[in-house]
Amino acid sequence: MALKKKKTLSGGSVLKVKASVAPLNFGTQWQYVEALEGSDHVKIEPKYGLFIDGKFVEPHSKKYFDTINPANEKVLSKIAEADAHDVNLAVEAARRSYDNVWSKMSGKERGKYLFRIARIMQERARELAVVETLDGGKPIRESKSVDIPLAAAHFFYYAGWADKLEYAFSGRSPRPLGVAAQVIPWNFPLLMAAWKIAPALATGNTVVLKPAETTPLTALKLAEIFQEADLPPGVVNIITGFGATGAELVSHKGVNKVAFTGSTEVGKKINRAILGTDKRITLELGGKSAHLIFEDASIDQAVEGIVNGIFFNQGHVCCAGSRLLVQESVEKIVLRKLFDRMQTLAVGDPMDKNTDIGAINSHEQMKKIEGYIASGKTEGAKLFQTSCRLPSKGFWAKPTVLSEVAQSFRVVQEEIFGPVLTVQSFRTVEEGIEKANNTPYGLAGGVWTDKGSKIFSVSSHLRAGVVWANTYNKFDPTSPFGGYKESGMGREGGISGLLPYVQF
Amino acid sequence: MSRQENSDRLGVLKTYKLYIDGKFPRTESGRYFKLKAADGKILANVCQGSRKDVRDAVTAARTAFAKWSRQTAYLRGQILYRVAEMLEGRRLQFTEELVEQGVTRDKAIAEVSESIDTLVYYAGWSDKYPQIFSAVNPVASSHFNFSMPEPTGVVCVLAPELPSLLGLVRAIAPVIIGGNTAVVLVSSKQPLSGITFGEVLHTSDLPSGVVNLVSGFRDELIKTMASHMDVNAILLCAEKDRVGDSVVVQEQAIENLKRVSVWKDIEANPYRIMEFQEIKTTWHPVGA
Amino acid sequence: MPRYQFREGVWPTMSLQKIDYSQFRRSPTIDLVGVEERVAKFNSRSIKKESKMFALKLAMSLCDLTTLDAKDTPGKVKQLCAKAMRPHEDLPEVPHVAAVCVYPNMVKIAKKALEGSKINVAAVATGFPSGMTSLKFRLDETRWAVSEGADEIDMVISRGKFLAGEWQTVFDEIVAVKEACGKAHLKVIFETGELSSLDQVRFISDLAMDAGADFIKTSTGKVQPAATLPVTLVMLEAIRDFYYRTGKKIGMKPAGGIATAKIAIQYLVMLKETLGEDWMNPHLYRFGASALANDLLRQIVKEKTGRYQSFDYFSKD
Repeated sequence: MALKKKKTLSGGSVLKVKASVAPLNFGTQWQYVEALEGSDHVKIEPKYGLFIDGKFVEPHSKKYFDTINPANEKVLSKIAEADAHDVNLAVEAARRSYDNVWSKMSGKERGKYLFRIARIMQERARELAVVETLDGGKPIRESKSVDIPLAAAHFFYYAGWADKLEYAFSGRSPRPLGVAAQVIPWNFPLLMAAWKIAPALATGNTVVLKPAETTPLTALKLAEIFQEADLPPGVVNIITGFGATGAELVSHKGVNKVAFTGSTEVGKKINRAILGTDKRITLELGGKSAHLIFEDASIDQAVEGIVNGIFFNQGHVCCAGSRLLVQESVEKIVLRKLFDRMQTLAVGDPMDKNTDIGAINSHEQMKKIEGYIASGKTEGAKLFQTSCRLPSKGFWAKPTVLSEVAQSFRVVQEEIFGPVLTVQSFRTVEEGIEKANNTPYGLAGGVWTDKGSKIFSVSSHLRAGVVWANTYNKFDPTSPFGGYKESGMGREGGISGLLPYVQF
Repeated sequence: MSRQENSDRLGVLKTYKLYIDGKFPRTESGRYFKLKAADGKILANVCQGSRKDVRDAVTAARTAFAKWSRQTAYLRGQILYRVAEMLEGRRLQFTEELVEQGVTRDKAIAEVSESIDTLVYYAGWSDKYPQIFSAVNPVASSHFNFSMPEPTGVVCVLAPELPSLLGLVRAIAPVIIGGNTAVVLVSSKQPLSGITFGEVLHTSDLPSGVVNLVSGFRDELIKTMASHMDVNAILLCAEKDRVGDSVVVQEQAIENLKRVSVWKDIEANPYRIMEFQEIKTTWHPVGA
Repeated sequence: MPRYQFREGVWPTMSLQKIDYSQFRRSPTIDLVGVEERVAKFNSRSIKKESKMFALKLAMSLCDLTTLDAKDTPGKVKQLCAKAMRPHEDLPEVPHVAAVCVYPNMVKIAKKALEGSKINVAAVATGFPSGMTSLKFRLDETRWAVSEGADEIDMVISRGKFLAGEWQTVFDEIVAVKEACGKAHLKVIFETGELSSLDQVRFISDLAMDAGADFIKTSTGKVQPAATLPVTLVMLEAIRDFYYRTGKKIGMKPAGGIATAKIAIQYLVMLKETLGEDWMNPHLYRFGASALANDLLRQIVKEKTGRYQSFDYFSKD
């Protein structure tokens, strides 16, 4: 027979899903055996005091609490609980060192201390990574490749600013504020300590830092590093404890500056606690960031971006891309690819170098995540979870997608802070932007499209402090980070990160 | 009432109204307060703006924000310069009004001049503050990364009592030149300058709703302004005899984490623009 | 017009997708940085002990042991075939390779040398490596290689025509070669080192699969860069999309530059986590390599004995 070549356009994208095609088989033929990071070289003391005025001291109350490994619930160490008396000692130590030493020191010398700290952190990077993973449950791969190097880089970056501050504020002469009270969360313990301490010290302030009660160890290791670096006593004081300790600290009258990273709820409480004072405040709070995938995106990279956006650090990320908004024309293929991709995520022992998703940070957080998943199901969401097996001990959550959700669902509106993604579709650019901005939060957003002009348009319409275009969850010490609206005020990182710690 | 300089002719008195959404409505509440000159003569019946007027003004400001925030810096600069031109053309009227309200002639002349110059000053900043306060951040990965200021949104302004005109201009110019829209409570001691300034704005190509002027009393409106959930920032020009204002504003602002600025002076500088800006950082991969 | 005549001669027996590539491109774009980040993640997998041994043996079974030199002789090819059948005298548990890959004039020799084994003979054809000759010659060469006994044909595309935008021509040529292959399997070599971008790699992958390729292959080995992990990932993703769309599984062959066991394992990790285990066999995945086999052997012996090995103890064929 004579077959004519048809000149018809076949139309549409090659990205189509035939309904009858079986999912990919990520079977068990070849499994990666456990590749545990060695921890023999790491020493965790059985007990840690409070780091005040350059020394580890017993808490006034003599009370200690356990810090556990969330992957197996074993106690790692006993941690001092600071009360009002200890807070006072720490603030006084910070004040003395501010008045007598740190505010008088030249920027050049201050900078050299920070450089020295950065260097020691790099030398002890592996130890810090192991401790971070043991204490917090995050995969060792992430501690090693993200948390610790970035924390050191932060000190390195702000070290360089210490003697160049006049160039950061044209027409102004910056002066330090005094004593900074800093309260940090458990999701990136050492990195958040670095975000807080490095700019404060570079600008000539002294610090009292309170790490989260579930993840105090790397901050205490950092205290050891300060000792090793001969940082003058009292320049940084690290006090451990629960919310009550943090409340004492931020409301102490000797404090000039409060910096907090954590939930919006607590951020508002802190704001209330300092009402009527002259304390300056920066807040880095919650988020419910939208991740927009347009039909002209590089779809496979976008899927990877979605995975980075929500499953990085078990979703314990304030800027997690937790609301996926997909243009309807590619929704099917994106979900198909996402589900297949999720099957390859290794959930398990955080110390295994092959683990992609580690332990949930605490029992409390695990319960909260489970509650949200249940709520999503009740409200009518379609649930997808990977077929991974979870360990029996410790706190875990399966990578989860809730699709077919509506804007009104609790899981769409509230921050879950876990590996749970909601999926909504949109049809036009305007609808996508409207849905993305339909939240009291404004921390971050993601946009995937191959069209340059669309990127600029969409990213400028997103009411959020960080926009990742064709990428997600990237961090750098030179890059300012912080939220619009109820996601916080002030920026951390970059030249903008100096402003919260100076006056003119 | 005043302005009956020529005894042969009965003067035409001006009704001082609010300026909301590019219109000059009376307060919906129908209330007014009498403004008296030093000699006791009644200068005007001034609208006593209500909470509802503030709410309407916020609605207008929110609507106007969508467009105003996306205008080019060049155009915003042009419009603010146009405001200066309009004010220059009416300097006599403003001077007289200040004098009527009790300012000495010399001071009134100086205040109007400084107000005009302030507008010119901030008009010139429109396309420069983003350059001063933006950055290309040299991140350690294959990404192009930049940070730039974007307007915070709707800003409530509690303008200073005195100087009523200069204070007003110093407060709103940095807010609107940065692309925000404003809801302003003008001076209650000298409300006429603020209200008349609305006429200047109205004839200066400034889009409706970008600046909304309400006359009235702080005691009544401060909470409404500070607690409104669709207001993104609040500028409080502090009054020495009203020390409680800043706590009220700060407390009410917490619920939606409004940005709060408390000014103890009315100095003009670009950092005052930045108080109503958010830094947005954008990342994009670099690869072919 | 010769092309028209040719098409008349061939098409009646073909069952084709009626796609007109001259009009538009419909492949998704590829973000280079995103691909590199994904590759870095694969490379951070730690493959040890049993899982490493599994991967080493699997890699061996996927090898297209290759010699493509103008100085190739029957003696050289025979030696290579011996190695292909039994990679190491003392390691009977090591599987034989998938195929031996030679020039067409060596097919008969290889076929004879491999008699009785399950190892295929693959022939590069179509004016390999440049393809800069008439379509008639390329088709004749293909038919001849098949008639000499080749089980598989590795063709090259016309890169010049592809870059010039003559996509329909490229498409038609693949269709024609596929026809000329008869029962032999067709691997389509893109020479990705000459295609300039991952977008082009993705587009040619879609085009070749639609035109009937059984395998898509990165490189001839004659151009640098040859196979790279990012290029291979893009091709695997194209295969995945083709599977989603049609249910058909197309094979993948990275070739050139894969000289060490460590790199081969990175390729396998990428394969496992992109297409899954259905592709982890010689029917759907090959390594085009010559030096790789010995490094695999060296690593296998190291895993067995615990001693790091010297190449002095492994035959060079």
